[in-house]
Amino acid sequence: MLEIKDLHAGIEGKEILKGISLTVNAGEVHAIMGPNGSGKSTLSKVLAGHPQYEVTGGSIAYEANFKKLELTGMEPDQRAREGIFLAFQYPVEIPGVSSSVFLRAAFNAICRHQGAEEMDPIDFDKYVREKMKLLQMDDKFLDRPVNVDFSGGEKKRNEILQMAVLNPRLAVLDETDSGLDIDSMKIVAEGVNKLRRKDNAVIVITHYQRLLNYIQPDFVHILYDGKIVRSEGRELALEVENRGYDWLIKR
Amino acid sequence: MSETIKQKELQDNKLAGDYRYGFHTVIEEDKAPKGLNEDIVCLISAKKKEPEWMLEWRLKAFRHWRQMQEPAWPNFEYGPIDYQDIYYYSAPKQKKENPKNLAEVDEELLKTFDRLGIPLTEQKRLTGVAVDAVFDSISVGTTHQGELAKHGIIFCSMSEAVAHHPQLVRKYLGSVVPYTDNFFASLNSAVFSDGSFCYIPRGVRCPLELSTYFRINAEDTGQFERTLIVAEDSSYVSYLEGCTAPMRDTNQLHAAVVELVALDNAEIKYSTVQNWYSGDKEGRGGIYNFVTKRGACRGVNSKISWTQVEAGSAITWKYPSVILQGNNSVGKFYSVALTNNHMSADTGTKMVHIGKNTKSTIVSKGISSDFAHNSYRGLVKIMPTADGARNFSQCDSMLVGNHCSANTFPYIEVKNNTAVLEHEASTSKINAEQMFYLRSRGLDLEESVSLIINGFCKDVFKELPLEFSVEAVKLLEMKLEGSVG
Repeated sequence: MLEIKDLHAGIEGKEILKGISLTVNAGEVHAIMGPNGSGKSTLSKVLAGHPQYEVTGGSIAYEANFKKLELTGMEPDQRAREGIFLAFQYPVEIPGVSSSVFLRAAFNAICRHQGAEEMDPIDFDKYVREKMKLLQMDDKFLDRPVNVDFSGGEKKRNEILQMAVLNPRLAVLDETDSGLDIDSMKIVAEGVNKLRRKDNAVIVITHYQRLLNYIQPDFVHILYDGKIVRSEGRELALEVENRGYDWLIKR
Repeated sequence: MSETIKQKELQDNKLAGDYRYGFHTVIEEDKAPKGLNEDIVCLISAKKKEPEWMLEWRLKAFRHWRQMQEPAWPNFEYGPIDYQDIYYYSAPKQKKENPKNLAEVDEELLKTFDRLGIPLTEQKRLTGVAVDAVFDSISVGTTHQGELAKHGIIFCSMSEAVAHHPQLVRKYLGSVVPYTDNFFASLNSAVFSDGSFCYIPRGVRCPLELSTYFRINAEDTGQFERTLIVAEDSSYVSYLEGCTAPMRDTNQLHAAVVELVALDNAEIKYSTVQNWYSGDKEGRGGIYNFVTKRGACRGVNSKISWTQVEAGSAITWKYPSVILQGNNSVGKFYSVALTNNHMSADTGTKMVHIGKNTKSTIVSKGISSDFAHNSYRGLVKIMPTADGARNFSQCDSMLVGNHCSANTFPYIEVKNNTAVLEHEASTSKINAEQMFYLRSRGLDLEESVSLIINGFCKDVFKELPLEFSVEAVKLLEMKLEGSVG
């Protein structure tokens, strides 16, 4: 589904990703861990196509819906319509725009692109409320402006709700656990687990292994100074929890 | 349509870029000589076959204006206006002089309004909206007059009103904005050409939206329309105003006056979508828009609300205000002012509380992009008599890009300590992160900008009549296209 080869990327002339290669197949969950400043968030933004980040080398091949695409050079909205989703570490406030209007606009933009029929407001309302149950979200949420005056936990739940509504092929969760109390984290993780299917994949970016107790990854990669320094199975996350990152770096 | 006209139109459209009203109608105009003096004032009055009292009033205004100075306090700069280099009267020559009904109106004029999306003829005209169409210095026609007359509603051009309803005009004209009010209002009082007059009798709820469409066409011509709306006891009217002008390299002056009078329990809703030509990308040309709009809530429980979407003009100087005289009267001001390229706007409102328990609400949204300057200037004044007065003000500015500016100048004068005032203000930027967030959910650039702008302006757009609010959204989207990204 996703094949990253020797990816170099940075911001304002400063190279942050220094040659990353990673293959993600449908049905898999990959965790990317690493200390602060290792390039985790940069990787997520580069995958989603943030315009301020520049790809200086390498390629990102993506395959979904029987289409092969090279992601570098594609606009963020094109990527989203092809099934890529980024759950933001810091979700952005959009004042005056109700969550229901926003969600439906996004949902329909993706439907239009994929040749599916758009949903009218009534059907969409039913559809969203189903998904909201999954994340135990309050009914009033739909009328509230997107992320405005949301608590940290609400913002993160809202990201996963969007993921549930937009039904992506490849979801990248950027530090979705940061700022969440344990109960909220369980809800969010359960939400993600229910969305796991054979034909989609998830990349979980996290600082701590705590979240990985709930969203169990098939592979764990350690990112350090813009490179993947180690890739193993789930047990690597536990080892990192016990020993920290230093032993991986100072080899 | 002949080939040459087609080509001309193509060329016009190309030049116009995003201003699709920038075309110019080729029609012979009957013009007064350039410049302003007592003879010109007399000539305008004579052209309109006005009674003596009207001419007297104009002359008094003119003599007063000559003593006045152009205000220097607005927060923008503009080249000097040469008041002697302007045509103060320019009327399209029609085959039939003084057409009695719309069927007799010159075809070129009807075509012009068709093209502006304001069809006037019986077959095509808009249902539910009565239109007074003003072209340069004259009104070319008013639709639905018969239907309105059944309810006793008078809706006609100001010239017609002076001729046919002199007692009403004498009673109310200048009663809210006197001819001594300010430099531009005095100028308007001396030379005003057409505009609309509406009179809603006691207890009548006007069944149609009333509207005036202002079109400047002739070159080097000023437009000085004057509108007067009187709502008698327990009546209601909703009035809409739209404006456009051709694209020219030189600046043109527009100095209008609007007066509203609401008596006991009456309500007037006044909505404007202003889209005068705003100049090109380098800031050449465009309309100088100096407008005095004021409403008087004279009666108890009366209500006046101003809703404006100001998206055009090189310069906008305008403060639609409400004098809250009647006890329990309510004044509202909802504004979206968009400036891009080199446009400047200094706009806001005045709410003057005189009566007891009077309430006012101010919601102002300024959007500035490119090299534009956008200022909110507002006054809330609570007089000693205004026990229990309340005001809520909210002034938000949004900046798009790094070269534009936004300012807020809220003035508050309180002379009664039972008053309660609240003021909120904010300045924000459409930032790359918001855009990225929306786009990462599948929304394209235009959809994302439109969602953000709509959200920002929501509190104002919801006050507009539905069709108008759709237009307003489109207008802002078009104006901001290419500014964000």
